[in-house]
Amino acid sequence: MVLSAADKTNVKGVFAKIGGQAEEYGGDALERLFVTYPQTKTYFPHFDLSKGSAQVKGHGKKVAAALVEAANHIDDIAGALSKLSDLHAQKLRVDPVNFKLLGQCFLVVVATRNPSLLTPEVHASLDKFLCAVGTVLTAKYR
Amino acid sequence: MVNWTAEEKQLITATWAKVDVADSGGEALGRLLIVYPWTQRFFDNFGNLSSPTAIIGNPKVRAHGKKVLTSFGDAIKNLDNIKKCFAQLSKLHCDKLHVDPENFRLLGDILIIVLAATFGKDFTPACQAAWQKLVRVVAHALAHEYH
Repeated sequence: MVLSAADKTNVKGVFAKIGGQAEEYGGDALERLFVTYPQTKTYFPHFDLSKGSAQVKGHGKKVAAALVEAANHIDDIAGALSKLSDLHAQKLRVDPVNFKLLGQCFLVVVATRNPSLLTPEVHASLDKFLCAVGTVLTAKYR
Repeated sequence: MVNWTAEEKQLITATWAKVDVADSGGEALGRLLIVYPWTQRFFDNFGNLSSPTAIIGNPKVRAHGKKVLTSFGDAIKNLDNIKKCFAQLSKLHCDKLHVDPENFRLLGDILIIVLAATFGKDFTPACQAAWQKLVRVVAHALAHEYH
């Protein structure tokens, strides 16, 4: 699965439009992840996962920042996220299936907050991008 | 047997009451064919699927999307008996249509995004959770008679 030039333009456009709100998007996506897919909470036994949790918001910021970084270096996502990829492989070891779930939640957040932004073409590009990020983060698992 | 809480049932039926089945069905199927283009393999006879614009505007896509989402409505009317409700449809998808059940999961996820775009903030996390459960249950029911 390869990101076309059009995909890259679409993805950059999304993050340009979202701008500084990316952090909120990240927090929202995580909140939805934990509510919709409760099994994902097993990776955060050390977190307060109640609604409005500062820890979830803080972590959402981190997740969003990584997505923004990947979008800003969309020609070399593997390079941009190399350290994060190591972290997930060696320390976090989040099962690969969960990246799809978070991707779904992120798309839902974009859809709820910015439906006009998510045309079918942009939807496709963003979905591909999120898959690519998940692939990079699990690339060194074995 | 699936356990639905009263809240889940309420969230599902309340959302469903506001859904434009023709519109959302067409949108969901169209996006499935655009976002996951390999799903076009089932629709060789649908005519022009050459671009996102062609797909979204394709009358056969719209009509079939409406048909699919109308069926969803049957599941919602039979939340406590979805497997039985979809037994025949399941056999059809296996024996005649030869559809990999993974496609039901893909369509379910796309439908969630269409609902999210339609209802915005009203599509709360709790609402999303109830609907993700529903689409999972529907996909499972449609795959249940596969052999």
